[in-house]
Amino acid sequence: MAGLKDTAAIAGIGQTAFAKRLPEAEKTLACRAVLAALDDAGIDASEVDAFASYTMEETDEVELAKAIGAGDATFFAKVGYGGGGSCATVAHLAAAIATGQASVGVAWRSRKRGSGPRPWTNTAAQLPTPAQWTRPFGLLRPADEIGMLARRYMHEYGATRDHFFQVALACRNRANQNPAAMMYERPLTREMYMTSRWISEPLCLFDNCLETDGALACVVVSAERARDCRNRPVYVHSVAQGLPAQHHGMVNYWTDDPLTGPAWTAARRLWKDADFGPQDVDVAQIYDAFTPLIPLSLEGYGFCGRGEGAAFTEGGALEIGGRLPLNTSGGGLSEAYVHGFNLITEGVRQLRGTSTAQVTGAATCLVTAGEDVPTSALLLRS
Amino acid sequence: MAEPAAGFLDPVVDEDGAPFWEYAARGELRVQTCAECGEPRFPPRPCCPHCRSFADTWRRMSGHGRIWSFVVPHPPLLPAYAGVAPYNAVLVELTDAPRIRLAGNVVAAPGAPLDSVDPARLRIGAGVRVVFAPAAPGGMPVPRWLLERG
Repeated sequence: MAGLKDTAAIAGIGQTAFAKRLPEAEKTLACRAVLAALDDAGIDASEVDAFASYTMEETDEVELAKAIGAGDATFFAKVGYGGGGSCATVAHLAAAIATGQASVGVAWRSRKRGSGPRPWTNTAAQLPTPAQWTRPFGLLRPADEIGMLARRYMHEYGATRDHFFQVALACRNRANQNPAAMMYERPLTREMYMTSRWISEPLCLFDNCLETDGALACVVVSAERARDCRNRPVYVHSVAQGLPAQHHGMVNYWTDDPLTGPAWTAARRLWKDADFGPQDVDVAQIYDAFTPLIPLSLEGYGFCGRGEGAAFTEGGALEIGGRLPLNTSGGGLSEAYVHGFNLITEGVRQLRGTSTAQVTGAATCLVTAGEDVPTSALLLRS
Repeated sequence: MAEPAAGFLDPVVDEDGAPFWEYAARGELRVQTCAECGEPRFPPRPCCPHCRSFADTWRRMSGHGRIWSFVVPHPPLLPAYAGVAPYNAVLVELTDAPRIRLAGNVVAAPGAPLDSVDPARLRIGAGVRVVFAPAAPGGMPVPRWLLERG
């Protein structure tokens, strides 16, 4: 499907502060992020005619459109599966623009997970299928569910906690360079990692993303229009969603092969439609709600072979100057956990040349959405 | 669905899953199986993904399996679970249906608490066998797992 290739571009990005606790409401934060992104693009809010968000978003397009003074909207979409939908928002806007359904689209995420309740504490609402097969046994939180895959992955491939530490460290090192990050000026050491408290063995505190308040947004327009915008366009080169056969979401334990998750499905489509391959990716923003998702995704997106994802993290491969600089704003592990939207905006900054941890000459970037749930991914290019 | 006395979660049963829990209450481990092509499937659902038949049967399992993976959760957790943390939660691959992996807990005896087995004794590949007991007083009977070499 060559139809979408480079036809749309991200012309603007915006965000609020990230913090454990922000005083403003989610809806207010959403408006601030969207208006900042429109300002970045140099496009007036009255021109917005398309909206895309993903589930677990409390601010819907009706409220947002009204508040920012958008014009008549002719496209709106909401993608399922929480963090798995982040990249799909851009994909849906690109498709809407390429097919002439709309001309200026915004995608956003606003969350107050830093100060709000944890979803797993809601005992009344937490037990739909397939939770009847897991929750009673004390698999209560995403960390418990991913920990199960992590232990099996370690067993099958000889991955160690040091590999997971390499992931946490790369993200933390980048956050240490990023004044907007929750973990700016807060270095991580191996000693801190190895002696931190357990959350769900084999996962410790630093294997888990941050609970964060904050909002982000981006503006998508046609490639042609983007060339006249205030900032350098970042082209949407290839897009994909991935829901593998027999997948279950989070507790992906009942497929034949639980260690090949949705990344594999999305990757096949993503590369099929691209002019370049994994070896040509200059910088990657890979969804990191938990450290083990990185080696699993490195395998799924074809940066290494099956079972080689852990070894890939060795020798500074994920650091600036390494084989594949990772999550250069700090990612969900150390910048902010806002269901992966910060990975999209950081991908844009890298290709504009304005990251706080700039990869010299970066011209291609992979951005991925939540792994181990129905997912999505973007290849961006400058 | 009633909350078990001690704040542990009972399964919230849906229509597809109801037979599993009804058999469990009788002390039987049974897995939904296609009545046409014989493929077992889990979690239960209306239609066979292999042959699209809507006819099913519930095949009795021997109750033997192996630990496929496990975690040891620590707080923050719901209060009842925090009270017995750290505890183990396992995935058991059934000997009779190897791609079917049931979540559960390895316990020292059918009615023993979630933390009754030292997690250091758990290994991927260890043999386990099923027993049935409520996870907490007043709760629904659920599968629980004993180490074969206890």
